[in-house]
Amino acid sequence: MAASRMYLSISPHIKSKITTASIMLDVTISLLPATIAGCIIFGMRSLAVVAVCILASVASEYIFNLIVKKDQTIGDLSAVVTGLLLGLNLAANIPFWQAAIGSAFAIIIVKCIFGGLGCNVVNPAITARVFMLIAFGAMAKVAFPISVDAVSSATPLELIKNDATPSLVDLFLGKKGGAIGETCTLALIIGGIYLIARRVITWHIPVTMIATVFIFSFIIEDFSFISALSWTMSGGLFIGAIFMATDYVTSPSTPLGKIIFAFGAGFITVIIRFYGTYPEGVSFAILLMNIVNPYIETLTQRKLFGGREK
Amino acid sequence: MSFYLKGVHVPHLKRTSNLSAVKMTAPKYVSIPTSMHIGAPATPIVKVGDNVKVGTLIAEQNGYISSPVYSSISGTVTDISDMLLSNGKTAPIIKIESDGEMSIDESVSVPVVNNKEDVIEALKKSGIVGLGGAGFPTYVKFATDKPINELIINGAECEPYITSDTVTMVDRIDDIVYAIDILVKYIGIEKVIFAIEKNKPNAINTVKKALGGRKNIEIKVLPTLYPQGAEKVIIYHTTKKVVKIGELPIDVGCVVSNSSTIAEIGKYLKTGMPLIERCVTVDGNIVKDPKNVIAPIGTPLEEVFEFCGGFTDEPKKVLYGGPMMGIAVPYLTVPVLKNTNAVLAFSRNEAKVPKATACIKCNACANACPFGINPIVAAKALKTEDLAGLEKSGIELCMSCGCCSFACPAKRPIVQNNKIAKETLLKLRAKEAKA
Repeated sequence: MAASRMYLSISPHIKSKITTASIMLDVTISLLPATIAGCIIFGMRSLAVVAVCILASVASEYIFNLIVKKDQTIGDLSAVVTGLLLGLNLAANIPFWQAAIGSAFAIIIVKCIFGGLGCNVVNPAITARVFMLIAFGAMAKVAFPISVDAVSSATPLELIKNDATPSLVDLFLGKKGGAIGETCTLALIIGGIYLIARRVITWHIPVTMIATVFIFSFIIEDFSFISALSWTMSGGLFIGAIFMATDYVTSPSTPLGKIIFAFGAGFITVIIRFYGTYPEGVSFAILLMNIVNPYIETLTQRKLFGGREK
Repeated sequence: MSFYLKGVHVPHLKRTSNLSAVKMTAPKYVSIPTSMHIGAPATPIVKVGDNVKVGTLIAEQNGYISSPVYSSISGTVTDISDMLLSNGKTAPIIKIESDGEMSIDESVSVPVVNNKEDVIEALKKSGIVGLGGAGFPTYVKFATDKPINELIINGAECEPYITSDTVTMVDRIDDIVYAIDILVKYIGIEKVIFAIEKNKPNAINTVKKALGGRKNIEIKVLPTLYPQGAEKVIIYHTTKKVVKIGELPIDVGCVVSNSSTIAEIGKYLKTGMPLIERCVTVDGNIVKDPKNVIAPIGTPLEEVFEFCGGFTDEPKKVLYGGPMMGIAVPYLTVPVLKNTNAVLAFSRNEAKVPKATACIKCNACANACPFGINPIVAAKALKTEDLAGLEKSGIELCMSCGCCSFACPAKRPIVQNNKIAKETLLKLRAKEAKA
C-alpha cells in the first residue's frame, strides 16, 4: 500500500449541495409563473423582450470578463436572473434596442465595474429600471393588456389617481397596464412562496414591505379597505418586494435588519406614490434603501453567544 | 439572556452505528507520539533497545497540563525521534516493534480509591485525555476546588460517519456506570446530565435502561443538529448556562466529558489498565468493510484500514476524525492517537475541493454560526487589519466547527479565513497592549 500523494485541505471536508448557481436557478424558476402570466396578458412579444434582456445580460457579462481578463462567471446564472428580472420590469412594447441597452447597463455599470457578483452596491435590475425610466421617458412604463381596450394605456396607479380603478380581481390576476412581470399578483405570490419554501429568501422583507404599503395606504385613503388593496396590488410592489428588495447583496442579513429595511422601502414607496411626481415609487424606494443598507447591516448584527462584555 | 444556537444539518452517514467494536489483531509495530493531548508533550523514559509490555509507562507526564503515555503492545523500542504531528507540533515519537505476545506489564494493578485525591491521582496516572477530539487531560477537569454543579456526559457525536461513542455507550455501559458512581461519590458532583443526540436510539435506550430513574441523573435527548457536541453548545443546551469567552466550563460549574472518556475512566478504575487502546470508527466511501475497531494506540492507519478489508479505490484523502472538523493526514503510516475517534478514507471525487467563487453576501455563513459570528464582517476587517472590526465580528469565539464553510453556496474557505482572522486579532490586540 504505497503512500500516494493525498489532499491536505482544511476542514470541513464536506459541503452542502447548495451552490450559487442552484440559488440563481431557484430564483429563475420562481419567476416563471410571472413570465408565463406576462405572456398571456401582454402577448408573446413579452417573451421576446425577456429573451433579449437575458441574452444581452449574459453577453455583457461574458464580454466584460473577456475584456478585463477575469475568469468567466456566467455559469453562476446571476446574469440570467438580472436579465429576467429586468425584462419582467419592462413594458411588452419596448423597443428591443432599449431592452438590450438597459441590460448592458445593469450588468456592466451596476455590477461588473464594482467587482462583479456580490460587490454591487445597488440592485442591478432595479437600477436599470430606474435608469430606463429616466433615460427613455415613460417607455419603461406604458403597456396594456392585449385583452383589454385602449383605456388601459394608463397604468392602474395613474388610473387610481384619476379615480378609475380596475376591479380587485383584475388587479390580482394582472389584467391591467404595467410591466410584463409586475401585474399578475397571483403569479408573483406563487413565486414568492416557492422562494421561501426553498429557503432562498425569508418572509421578512416581502411581508413587511407589502404590509407597510397596505397600512399606510389604508390610513391615507381614509381607512378604505378596497382602496388600500388596490394600491397594494398595483404597480411593481409585489415584484419589487419579493424579488428585488430581497437581493442578498443589497439587503440586510438579520431578521431585524430586514424588517427595518423593508419598512423603509414600503414607507418611501407610499410617500412617492401619494406625494411625489412619479406615479410609482417602488424602484426608487428599494434603490434608496439599498444605499442605506450598509448602515442598517452594521446596526443590526446578531448577538454574540458568550462574547466579551462591552 | 436567551439564545437560539444555530447550526447545520449535515448528512448522518452513520453506517456503523449498530456494529459492536471489534478488537483488531496486534499490529507489527506501533509509533506512539508523546504529544496526543493539549499541553506539554510527555517525556520519554525508555531507550532504544528496551523491552516493554502492554501498559508499561514509556513517557511520563511533564507539567500540570500534560499526560503520561503507555505502551500499547509488548515488544522492543526500536526508535525514538522527533516528528511533525498532525496538531502542528513537533514531539518525540516512540516506535515499538511487536513481539507478538501482548503480555501485560506487572505494574498494571487496580487503583485503590478512598477519597477525591485518590481519584484525581488515578485519573492522572491513567493517561486518559478527552477522547472526543481535543485531548485535554481529563484529571485536570476534575482537579478543581470550584463546585461541580453538573457533569455533562457528552454522547452527542454530531459529526457524520463517527459512531465510536455510540457503540462504546452500548458495549461498555457497565464501565460508564462504574465511573459515574465513583466520580459522584468522591468528586462531589451535584448532578449528572447524560446528553445524547436523537439519532442514536440504541445508545439512548441502553443509557436509559442502565441509569433511568436514578436520582441526580438526567438523560437528555438532544435534537440532531451539528455542532450539538461542541462544549459550549452542549452546556447551553443542557443547562442554559453561557460559557463566555476566556472562561472554562468550570467557571459556570460544569465539567463536560465525552462518553467514551467516561467509559475509559471506568475501565481504569476497574482494572488499572491505562489508556492504551481505543474504539475507532473506520469508514469513508472507499473502505471495503466499515467497522468499529478497537485499535492499540500507535497503530499505523494502513493496518487499521487493512483490518477493514482495505480500499476499493486509491485513497486521496484520509482523515483523523469526522468530515466537519477532521484533520487530513499526509501518509497512511501515521498512528492512531488517543483522541482519534474515527479514521475516514475517501476517493479522488470525494476528496476534491470545490472551486471557490465570489461571495454573494447571502449570509448563509453567519446564519449557520452557532455563536453568531459574522465571517463576512471578519473577512472585511481582516483585509484592512482593523482591530475594532475584528472584535465586532466576534471571530474570537470561532471554534472552527465548519458550519460556515459547509453552508457557503460559493464554497469559500471560510474556516481558513476565520483562523487567520482570529490569529490576526490576537496579534493586533497584543501589539496594542504593548503600545
